[in-house]
Amino acid sequence: MDRKIRVLVAKPGLDGHDRGAKVVASALRDAGMEVIYTGLHQTPEGIVEAAVQEDVDVVGLSVLSGAHMTLFPRIVELLREAGVEGMLIIGGGIIPADDHEFLREKGVEKVFTPGAPTSEIVDYIRSWFEKRKTV
Amino acid sequence: MDLIKRFRKGDRLALARAITLVENGMQEGRDLLDAVHPQTGKARRIGITGPPGAGKSTLVDGLIQSYRKAGQSVGVVAVDPTSPFTGGALLGDRIRMQSRWADRRVFVRSMATRGSWGGLAAAAADVIELLDAFGKDVVIAETVGVGQSEFDVVDAVHTTIVVIVPESGDSIQVMKAGLMEIADIFVVNKADREGAGDMETGLGAMLDMRDREEDWRPPVLQTVATSGEGMPTLIDALAQHREYLAKESRIEEWERKAVRARIVSLVHEELRAGFWKQGRQARLEQLVGEVLARERTPGDAAQALFSPA
Amino acid sequence: MFDSEEIKRISGQKKRWQKDLPDCSAAGPFETVSGAPVEFLCTPEDVRELDYTRDLGFPGMYPYTRGAYGTMYRGRQWTMRQFSGFGSAADTNRRFHFLLEKGQTGLSTAFDMPTIMGFDSDHARSLGEVGKCGVAIDSLEDMETLFRGIPLDRVSTSMTINAPAAILLALYIAVGEKQGVPSARLQGTIQNDILKEYMAQKSWIFPPGPSMRIITDILAFCTEHVPKWNTISISGYHIREAGSTALQELAFTLADGFAYVEAGIAAGLDVDDFAPRLSHFFNAHLDFFEEIAKYRAARRIWARHMKEKYGAKKPESLRLRFHTQTAGCSLTAQQPENNIVRTAFEALSAVLGGTQSLHTNSMDETLALPSEKAVTIALRTQQIIASETGVANTVDPLAGSYLLESLTSRLEQGAEEYFRKIESLGGVIAALEKGFFQTEISRAAYRYQLAIEKKARIVVGVNEYVQPDENLDIDLLEIDRCVEEDQVKRLKVLRERRDNGAVGQSLEALRSAAGGSDNMMPRFLDCARCYATEGEIIDVLREEFGEYKDPKFF
Repeated sequence: MDRKIRVLVAKPGLDGHDRGAKVVASALRDAGMEVIYTGLHQTPEGIVEAAVQEDVDVVGLSVLSGAHMTLFPRIVELLREAGVEGMLIIGGGIIPADDHEFLREKGVEKVFTPGAPTSEIVDYIRSWFEKRKTV
Repeated sequence: MDLIKRFRKGDRLALARAITLVENGMQEGRDLLDAVHPQTGKARRIGITGPPGAGKSTLVDGLIQSYRKAGQSVGVVAVDPTSPFTGGALLGDRIRMQSRWADRRVFVRSMATRGSWGGLAAAAADVIELLDAFGKDVVIAETVGVGQSEFDVVDAVHTTIVVIVPESGDSIQVMKAGLMEIADIFVVNKADREGAGDMETGLGAMLDMRDREEDWRPPVLQTVATSGEGMPTLIDALAQHREYLAKESRIEEWERKAVRARIVSLVHEELRAGFWKQGRQARLEQLVGEVLARERTPGDAAQALFSPA
Repeated sequence: MFDSEEIKRISGQKKRWQKDLPDCSAAGPFETVSGAPVEFLCTPEDVRELDYTRDLGFPGMYPYTRGAYGTMYRGRQWTMRQFSGFGSAADTNRRFHFLLEKGQTGLSTAFDMPTIMGFDSDHARSLGEVGKCGVAIDSLEDMETLFRGIPLDRVSTSMTINAPAAILLALYIAVGEKQGVPSARLQGTIQNDILKEYMAQKSWIFPPGPSMRIITDILAFCTEHVPKWNTISISGYHIREAGSTALQELAFTLADGFAYVEAGIAAGLDVDDFAPRLSHFFNAHLDFFEEIAKYRAARRIWARHMKEKYGAKKPESLRLRFHTQTAGCSLTAQQPENNIVRTAFEALSAVLGGTQSLHTNSMDETLALPSEKAVTIALRTQQIIASETGVANTVDPLAGSYLLESLTSRLEQGAEEYFRKIESLGGVIAALEKGFFQTEISRAAYRYQLAIEKKARIVVGVNEYVQPDENLDIDLLEIDRCVEEDQVKRLKVLRERRDNGAVGQSLEALRSAAGGSDNMMPRFLDCARCYATEGEIIDVLREEFGEYKDPKFF
């Protein structure tokens, strides 16, 4: 059986804008990945528990309320505390370019902003996955 | 490899990884399953199946809450179909099972059916084994009742709950779908909707007409999973079915049946996997062409696959 | 409008004319931004069913297709209402004064997510969210600050708030009391449209049943005590932003509106008592003619249903008034200055469609909250349309266009089909529970995204005319990181300083009203007056009503 890429698509925080998260989830599914969708209004702790139990390769976070600077680093931190290693963390939403560097330092490998084609996200995940396999 | 050690110590990351290995058909997964086999056989295993949108996940969430209140730990495997076109899957059952997300004694795993070459039932049954071996008191398997998969999962659980909704059509359709035979408990969910009473009566009549030499007549219950209505009755029915199994060495019979089914299914899987290696996939494509050209019959082609190329 | 002989003659001529044209179907497919097919050329054939008196009439008269009011913009210009709110109440109060000085004519408040979801700023779930995408309001104290120096009898205020709408309205009334303005003189709008939250915007707190009860309590209370208040702004904006088509926006919004009307009638209210205070809120997307047709169709459908189905008699009950906001989802993060142009076209369609008030988006909104410069340009866009283009001089200037009239009728028919479908599913709430709207919307959103990725649809700067090494040269608004800390501190002081006995009593009185069937509005007001916090009030209701959870629907 071939190895499937498993992705958790999660909506931390309080905003209810799930259009982007759902479009990305659908696109990843159509690219042959297994996507676990958490639903809205999730706490960082809940997202981390889902990532752990589902043993996903990738966690995709979406926030449009401006709370990304607090929530994204918190999730990465909790994942590390839980002992998770080698998971790719990416993010999306209304995230000013000035914040990208800070988030990368905190462990969010890549931030996709509005207008990013879903194929770019698919390619990014695939190439990360290939690279990880060969290491 | 300290995965087994960590698994035995109750590390949920080890459990999560073990499931991945088993799901991907890795040798390490097989080894781990073998290693923990002595620890299995303790969990109360419940299957829950029914058409999409029947409210299975919400019911599972209700079961999780009830069993947790009773101090028991719970493991869940929720199976959703893989898209036959893209090979991908969208697994959303977790959403409805998150009322205990912060509870470390609840473990929920989503699984996709993957591929059309079978193997789902085997993998799901393996995951049930792992959750059992990990020490979960209750293990719940949720499957969508639209294909063959639920019939195989049935063999791995003590009690199968079939969930339907008033809109599922009439009881005849339930019978046609073959759900009559596998149900130990029927649940008419969303019972606040029109037609729930008719559904219950229809099913009841149908069950009474069966001439089966069994003393267990599946109860037909009504629930409203979103509000928790009917949950205590369902928990009672589950307890009664468990008592029923405990009597007259029925549980031993069940175990023999389960293990036999397990072995048979592993044999089938092994045969299938082995068969399609050895260049037969390519040969198949060639034979398809020959059948289309009316040079062979399909039966003829199947025979040809068995003889060395 | 044409007799059948005339139509026949035109048909024949059209066929002859078409015969000699080169085939250009390969350049297509030609469809609206919603994916609806578009005619190459419209003629009287396309409006053969149209009856002027029955289907169009005159502005301010049934069926209101041509406009809500007889004099339209000559009588009164649309209200330029820029939505704003960020940081603390004091920060937003400063932005309000800034906008009023620049010539804005009404206020519109954006709240932060904790306020929208009913959490106080010091709640664990509020972490990182306080003051981020709107203003943080916890109690009457913040509300007093928000409207400092703004006489509530002279402005109209719109508040984008839904699940906790009753509480924010109570806070506003309480600020009025402090300023000496009686509630009967307050003017404004609460969005208060919970159905579209379940459908699209997803900022819910309680399950549908109790949510609808809060709404009927508001309807009854305002009819008596706040007669100039718009009690529900029935919103298609968010449905469109979530990815719906224009037709879905139209149909689902009106279906929601009818559901509120039915709930009001079921609660024993006279339709003509509360329907005049219902208003609508639509999205202005880029497909110019489709959008104008949408507004006209909305007016006609609303009037027809209100009259024929719900037996409303007052003209105010039949005429659909609406606010418009240009489409946030049409803006691009790439080459953001282009958004000024997009917004201008969208705003123009809203004016040509007869909007009563308008918000124009700022160019930088896909990047952050708008800066003062960006907000000013957005407001200036409206002022240019109003003062320089001359489009507002004639009422409903595009009426009679074969294309526009046929689009208007087609949208009406499409909406009626959706109404029948919703009816067959058991009504709006039953259809929601089955995921009907949610699935329709997410599928439309995904189709739209795929069309962009396959370049079947061109978005300038995104999949064509791309500037690879674009250097953003826009100053973005940054929310001071101290906002959250300061707000939490203020809240702590408030909790110590206020009369906690009175708070406890008012909350208990609310609990018993919630558990029974008394109107809860007077209890919300009592809670507001003694500085109970929004979170405390909502917590009582959470305990009484339970919480709604995200159902999975793709």
